[in-house]
Amino acid sequence: MKTPSEIFEILKNEFGEEVILGYHDELPVDLYIEVHPLSIHKVAKFLRDNEELKFDVLMLLSGVDDANGKKSKDENGYDVIEGGTLSVYYHLDSMQLKHKVVLRVATPRENPEVESVEKIWRAADWHEREAYDMFGIKFLNHHDLRRILMPDDWGERYPLRKDYHDPEYYNGMKVPY
Amino acid sequence: MTNLYDSLTEILGSQILAYVIGAALPLIFVLLFVVVAVYLERKVSGHMQDRLGPMRVGWHGVLQTIADLVKLLQKEDIIADGADKKLFNLAPALVFIGSYAAYAAIPFSGAFVGTGTDLGLFYIAAVSGLVVAGLLLAGWASDNKYSLYGALRTAAQIVSYEIPTAIIIIVMAMLAGTLSLHEFSEMQTSSFWNWWILGGPVAATSGIGKVILIPFMVAAFIIMYISTLAEVNRTPFDLPEAESELISGYHTEYSGMKFAFFFLAEYANMFAVSAIIATVFFGGYQSPIGYLGNSLGIPGLIPFEQFFWFASKGIFFVFVQMWLRWTLPRVRIDQLMVLCWKYLIPYAVTILIFVGLITIL
Amino acid sequence: MGLKTEEIVLNMGPQHPSTHGVLRLIVELDGELVVDVKPIIGYLHRCFEKHCEFLTYPQIVPYTDRMDYLASMYNNFGYVLAVEKLAGIQVPERVEYIRVIMGELQRIASHLIALGTYGLDIGAFTPFLYLFRDREKILDLFEMTCGARLLYNYMWVGGVSHDIPDEFVPATKKFIKEFRPTIKELNELLTYNKIFVERTANVGILPAETAINYGVTGPSLRGSGVKWDVRKDDPYSIYDRFDFDIPVGEGKMGTVGDSWDRYYVRVLEIEQSLRIIEQAIDKIPPGDVHEAVPKRVKVPKGSVYARVENPKGELGYFIISEGKNNPARVKVRPPSFVNLSVLGELSRGHLVADLIAILGSLDIVLGEIDR
Repeated sequence: MKTPSEIFEILKNEFGEEVILGYHDELPVDLYIEVHPLSIHKVAKFLRDNEELKFDVLMLLSGVDDANGKKSKDENGYDVIEGGTLSVYYHLDSMQLKHKVVLRVATPRENPEVESVEKIWRAADWHEREAYDMFGIKFLNHHDLRRILMPDDWGERYPLRKDYHDPEYYNGMKVPY
Repeated sequence: MTNLYDSLTEILGSQILAYVIGAALPLIFVLLFVVVAVYLERKVSGHMQDRLGPMRVGWHGVLQTIADLVKLLQKEDIIADGADKKLFNLAPALVFIGSYAAYAAIPFSGAFVGTGTDLGLFYIAAVSGLVVAGLLLAGWASDNKYSLYGALRTAAQIVSYEIPTAIIIIVMAMLAGTLSLHEFSEMQTSSFWNWWILGGPVAATSGIGKVILIPFMVAAFIIMYISTLAEVNRTPFDLPEAESELISGYHTEYSGMKFAFFFLAEYANMFAVSAIIATVFFGGYQSPIGYLGNSLGIPGLIPFEQFFWFASKGIFFVFVQMWLRWTLPRVRIDQLMVLCWKYLIPYAVTILIFVGLITIL
Repeated sequence: MGLKTEEIVLNMGPQHPSTHGVLRLIVELDGELVVDVKPIIGYLHRCFEKHCEFLTYPQIVPYTDRMDYLASMYNNFGYVLAVEKLAGIQVPERVEYIRVIMGELQRIASHLIALGTYGLDIGAFTPFLYLFRDREKILDLFEMTCGARLLYNYMWVGGVSHDIPDEFVPATKKFIKEFRPTIKELNELLTYNKIFVERTANVGILPAETAINYGVTGPSLRGSGVKWDVRKDDPYSIYDRFDFDIPVGEGKMGTVGDSWDRYYVRVLEIEQSLRIIEQAIDKIPPGDVHEAVPKRVKVPKGSVYARVENPKGELGYFIISEGKNNPARVKVRPPSFVNLSVLGELSRGHLVADLIAILGSLDIVLGEIDR
């Protein structure tokens, strides 16, 4: 069993400062390790295969809208957020060594791109499709990235972003009633 | 015992009219039976599943089937656009004709036999093939992939299971020396010890032979019961209409009166095979305990008593079919084929060989 | 010369008697053999996660009921556990015992539905009704306590909504006594029935490695031989005080990890839940259930991930809060969502009838998958 700070030290020694961006333990309850979005694949493979760590279960992969950009209102009165980041949180667990860790990657809002970890944990397949569906985060090297919960022709609108508003018409039907 | 035809011809004076009425009587019986059977099925299934079944329409739900019939009659007859109309309409008719034609050879009582043919059993096996044709037509003409699946499964199932049935028919024909169901019933007269399930009439086989035959007869009965269960598409062999997989199999697209036809045909078929088994193995219309007519001295009562015994045996086997339906789960298509070709047919052939040896010796 | 055959694409549409809810399966068939299965979900999406961002923490509890509507107590349980962990609220002992008893009763009810509908898919119509008769008794217990039969809104942040009435303990004991013969009846009627075993043994074999990689949890994982249960391996509430076993699939009727194993693990888990209830029902300490329920839930900034063992698998709640009254993000990890993704892998090379058997053994609820 390893504590999160020990895991952070191992990762930093392995990958260096460019990839492992930081270790946040200032907030209560859950501490997380920040990783660069385009190298998450390497880090994940190391986490799964290393003998001391052996993280063989991906419990949860969730997209989060940090809403830390500049908020303004556009001409129709809807919120618009510019700048800022969208993040993805990975909750990993090890069945054999019984320890957990949380990773976070942050990508810019305008062009969110994260490497996919689908080949490492097959559980990530549907979770990443859902993060794409709800936030618009593109996962590179995913074999079949399409919408999972919303209809396929919903367009460029991503529902769980903080500046999302319902469309006026969808396929000829009036949406707000 | 006088023949019904002769009595009718005397009364009505015209042979053709007698024949028409003679052919219509089983139809009336079948329709009445279906009304009773549908209600019986719902009540039996209800009580086996720890619930009550229909209770509101009439006293304890007796009029439920009539309500259902009225509902089905006034429903709109929907035909899908891509369906082949002629074949679509022809299919239910074919299925019902195939089921009903078997009634021509089944003796309802000593005085009434539809036809006096010597080929009763052979004719029944032959005419059941029409049912397969009807089901295939129904599946193909519906323009629906699910129906097609159901129809193909049905065809494979019915055709395979006709073989054990036919082998058992050969066994019984060897023993009895006749294919006519009327003579089968006449042979098993005067007490239940003469029934074929218990070795057959004493005149046909000697004392020891009769006792040796009993296990073979019981095995033959079981094989024939299972095969005919498969032929009428009842659970555990109801893949063609497997509700949870194919919605309704070959009759998915049918509504209203045509659906009622399929229903009618299924219950008619059920009774027909139960009647055949009762006649071949269990004495047909013979009573196990002697006739009231004889003891009371009214010979005219006897045909009606025989009819009563015949109907009760038939309904009892239908009840066992329903019992099996609500207890057992469904088998898969390849397991069905394995059961038929690897188990039932070898057993049936073994029985054939042994019974043949016994008959010769 | 060979016959050119084509593959059919069969659409088991959103409305179908056997898919447990509105699930659409696009099945590519070669005769009766399945080549590929693609599940399409989203027909029951009700935007749970978006709603949570506009509601206060106690207001979210009724919404969590409606996700897995067949095991509502456990959905509540997971959510209030997460909020209490983040806010640092300690609940009294009485509340813990009541929560465990309600949770285990809910587990039995959910497994009864799973077993009954599985029998119905295979074609056995009768066990379904017998099991529902017994589920009615559990629902009566719930109605006695909180007035609702299906969606309870029972566990609040810091406590439970209603205290258990005086009749509850004797009624539960009576239920346990009457229920044990039913499991025996179920085993005779369905579990060891030759036709049922033929339909489900050696069908949909899930190897343990694949299961762990796909993130499968719950009875589906334990059916493959992996002894992993959140109640024992990552204990929450007071589960570490009770003595119960974790049943694991052993390949009794076929190979380890086939559909019969997954089904049998559920049958054995019912017995284990009865054990837990028997141990807990006598030890409920007195107290006030509303003691620790705060008037306004004050949650500091931070994030938390809490998981519980839902009857269907591991249910997780990931809550991020910015210190305000509403959470900034609530993400749910539904067990059925992850379990369903393994369907394509399991059903390659089987027949269409087996597809139904595999889908039934995974035990999914669409309300949970789509949220």
